[in-house]
Amino acid sequence: MHTSVQRLNTLVTFAAVLLAVLCGVASFFDGFNTHSVHGTVEVVKIRKFRKQLNGNEEVTMNLNISLDMQSTFTWNTKQVFVFLAAEFETEKNVVNQISIWDHIIPDKEHAKFQTQVPSKYPLTDQGSNLKGKKIDLVLHWHIMPKSGKMIQDKLPLSHFYLPEAYL
Amino acid sequence: MDWQGQKRAEMLMQVMLVVFGVVAFVVGYSIGSFRTMMLVYAGGVTLTALITVPNWPCYNRHPLNWLDPSEAEKHPKPQPVPSKKKGGKHHHK
Repeated sequence: MHTSVQRLNTLVTFAAVLLAVLCGVASFFDGFNTHSVHGTVEVVKIRKFRKQLNGNEEVTMNLNISLDMQSTFTWNTKQVFVFLAAEFETEKNVVNQISIWDHIIPDKEHAKFQTQVPSKYPLTDQGSNLKGKKIDLVLHWHIMPKSGKMIQDKLPLSHFYLPEAYL
Repeated sequence: MDWQGQKRAEMLMQVMLVVFGVVAFVVGYSIGSFRTMMLVYAGGVTLTALITVPNWPCYNRHPLNWLDPSEAEKHPKPQPVPSKKKGGKHHHK
């Protein structure tokens, strides 16, 4: 500690340790934030329901999405990534989970919205089991913090049945 | 910087950094701004550096009392006893 370079070294090291502690505590406090997400989603129209050349079925649709994600934002939230997964069961695969729409919410002011969009990614099956199939629409979200642990959660929003014939 | 100055500077550095860390967290959390926390902490670190890194006069109030150079002349440094062995290249204690 007898030269200023040594003192600077000590100071920077200790300051960096405390900075890590601050970030850790900020992330720890995020764990106490109980968020409740509200939302509805409905399939306005099935736009396409057909068999691809390789035999797999493919569906595209228009969605009406209304979400309120404001409670997921805390002071330590950088952004929230949401995606809508179509989930269904087939004989081949017990769990099928296909992302059909996603969105990045940059801040709390944009966390409550209503939008009508075509599905961003087609819903495809491994095979052809989709006729008349019940599809659950589940909203998943990843809360990305400025520092610390990422929080994931999901909420089933609604379900619908695919038509019995190709469109 | 003398011995007591070094001790004081180190103590002051640790206390100030911890205090600024706590203040930064409380302010940032209550305002709800992560950015504010970082700015307050950065300001605290800079202030602490200004106070504890340079060799300020207040850290030099307890100089060591070295012996006067004349004392050294009164008590000359003992010279090593020359080896009695003729032509000996080995030194003995």
